[in-house]
Amino acid sequence: MQEHILIARNIVKQYENHLALNDVSLEIPKGSIYGLLGPNGAGKTTLMKIINQITAPDSGEIIFNNEKLVRKHISQIGYLPEERGLYRKMKVGEQSLYLAQLKGMSKKEATVKLKTWFEKLDILEWWDKKVEELSKGMAQKVQFAITVIHNPDLLIFDEPFSGFDPVNTSIIRKEILELKEKGTSIIFSTHRMESVEEICDEITLIDNGISILQGEINIIKDQFRNNTFQIELNSNNLKLDGFEIIHQDENNFTVKVPSDKNSKELITEILKTSEIISFNEKIPSMEEIFIKTVSNG
Amino acid sequence: MDKIWIIIKREYSVRVRKKSFIIMTLITPILLGLLIFAPAYLSSVSSELEESEQKNIAVVENDEFYFSRLTNSDQFRFTKIPESEVDNIKNNFSESGYFAIVDFTSEENIINFISDKQLNKNIISEIEQYIRQIKREQNYKDEGFDVSDISNLEPNLQFNNTIITEDGNEQGANQDMRTALAFIFGFLIYIFIFMYGSMVMRGVIEEKTNRIVEVIISSVKPFQLLIGKIIGVALVGFTQFILWVLLSVLVANIAGNTLLSDNSVGIFNSISSLLVGINLNSLILYFLFYFIGGYLLYSSFFACIGAAVDNETDTHQMVLPITIPLILSIAMIEAIINNPDGTLAFWMSVFPLSSPIIMMVRLPFGGVESWEILLSTTVLLLSFLMTTWISSRIYRIGILMYGKKATFRELYKWIKFKG
Repeated sequence: MQEHILIARNIVKQYENHLALNDVSLEIPKGSIYGLLGPNGAGKTTLMKIINQITAPDSGEIIFNNEKLVRKHISQIGYLPEERGLYRKMKVGEQSLYLAQLKGMSKKEATVKLKTWFEKLDILEWWDKKVEELSKGMAQKVQFAITVIHNPDLLIFDEPFSGFDPVNTSIIRKEILELKEKGTSIIFSTHRMESVEEICDEITLIDNGISILQGEINIIKDQFRNNTFQIELNSNNLKLDGFEIIHQDENNFTVKVPSDKNSKELITEILKTSEIISFNEKIPSMEEIFIKTVSNG
Repeated sequence: MDKIWIIIKREYSVRVRKKSFIIMTLITPILLGLLIFAPAYLSSVSSELEESEQKNIAVVENDEFYFSRLTNSDQFRFTKIPESEVDNIKNNFSESGYFAIVDFTSEENIINFISDKQLNKNIISEIEQYIRQIKREQNYKDEGFDVSDISNLEPNLQFNNTIITEDGNEQGANQDMRTALAFIFGFLIYIFIFMYGSMVMRGVIEEKTNRIVEVIISSVKPFQLLIGKIIGVALVGFTQFILWVLLSVLVANIAGNTLLSDNSVGIFNSISSLLVGINLNSLILYFLFYFIGGYLLYSSFFACIGAAVDNETDTHQMVLPITIPLILSIAMIEAIINNPDGTLAFWMSVFPLSSPIIMMVRLPFGGVESWEILLSTTVLLLSFLMTTWISSRIYRIGILMYGKKATFRELYKWIKFKG
């Protein structure tokens, strides 16, 4: 049986005027990167706050590492909120030490680890600078370091890439993948679907407080395959019997294979008249799946 | 618990290292010292100068009625001058050697002082008294009274104010000193509550607008953050108060030694003689208790306000209602001093929102029964526990609530909110 770092069962959270989470359940396997997707205001951040015990659900339960989630688990969780901030007038190093100590680390241990991380992220020289002297991206890096410093079993990143330039985005992405290699489980929320495809193993798609799509990325993508193929030929002339041409652009064709036929038959059919330059199954991107699911739901 | 300690340490160390704190802490005692010693110094210098020399007073008079009765003293020497000299002296006062001219010639019962400078009030009134006395005795004589009989009839009474202190001793008491202490303690509590209460409020707002609060709340309970902040700021207040006392004593000593020479001993003696019958040590202990109690009570309100708003400009309308009891207490100080053991004084020193100030106003007068103190302190402690509980409930929701200005009705809902 697969081990889970976190299981949420039937979480309901009612705010004054709207239902933020309506019976959401999810299971996060140990050592995986779990994507929490959904449009703005769908309830992702509320769910993250519940997992961090910043706010409590109206009903439902959360199991962390086979135990009911309680206060003491806080030291095993790291949270990078979407709206992030630091004390502007405090020095970076001092502030990082403070927040690490609040997570239960000793000052000595925190100093050593912070320096290592700061070096890794190339921000060690800012140790004695005040936060107000840093740019937004710099402050984000500091916060990333603070989030991961206490070696939590579970990391929760809310929009970790917002505010980063492409260079820093790839640095952070690399660090996240490295943390996964070391066995850390990661919950990850983002609007950037391309990063979901790159790094997530499983996802839950939440819309209007309801979980509308859930599972491993590969399986989901499989579900959304609709037997459509992208074909490039050496001519712009293609006649097919029993297959539907959905779209044509010069020598490029999009063809749908009906359920009683398969791709092999399609190739045979094409080769009767034309020469194939390329032949690809059109696999939907997460972005398309996202848009399709949300607009249908 | 150790997390609260970490929070206290941060709240404390960040604030005591601030430039504004250091400057305030250093400058206040110096200003205070100057405020106390400058007048004392100046008056001692000027009185030395004026008292040291005998003053020549020129007298202009048609007959010799006054002149014959004015006798020279250490302070004054009277010289009669002819009326024709007056203009000469007027034109050249400084070289004439005269301090002033007393002119009786203008009209009956009108006496003119002429001098080239603003005359010291004490000197004028002394000469006035002297002349009045001469005239009065003459009037009595004219009406046939015996002057010596009349001066015997003058009532010779002495008024003493004695208060029985708690330990049963009779001691003389200086009412002015008690009033002064009442005002000083009352205002100090008022200023401290306001200063450090709003310090807590600004701290909460800072964390909220910075959004760092979410990171902290994912590590510690909101209650821990609230208590840590309140205690940390209280320690800042203590530090400042203690430094003020120490530095004031230091400044007073230095100023006393360098500026006042012998007189300083006299001033210190007179101050300590004024304090006879007042137990300053126990007053200071009560002051510290009511300062902490009042501060804790109010700072939890201030923290709530900080949590309920998004920025500092929104705080004003919410700060006003909670500070009304404070302002009212200050306004009532005079009434309380007039009747420190009356009904109003009693109730206001029990009601927790006014007791820190009003009790400190009452205590210097010594008439507060020990059960009243017990009642007042118990009520204060209980209400502190209650408001902190209420505040922490508002606080924990408020700090995570953005974008809308909370109303009092909403705050009430937050108190009842579970979870």
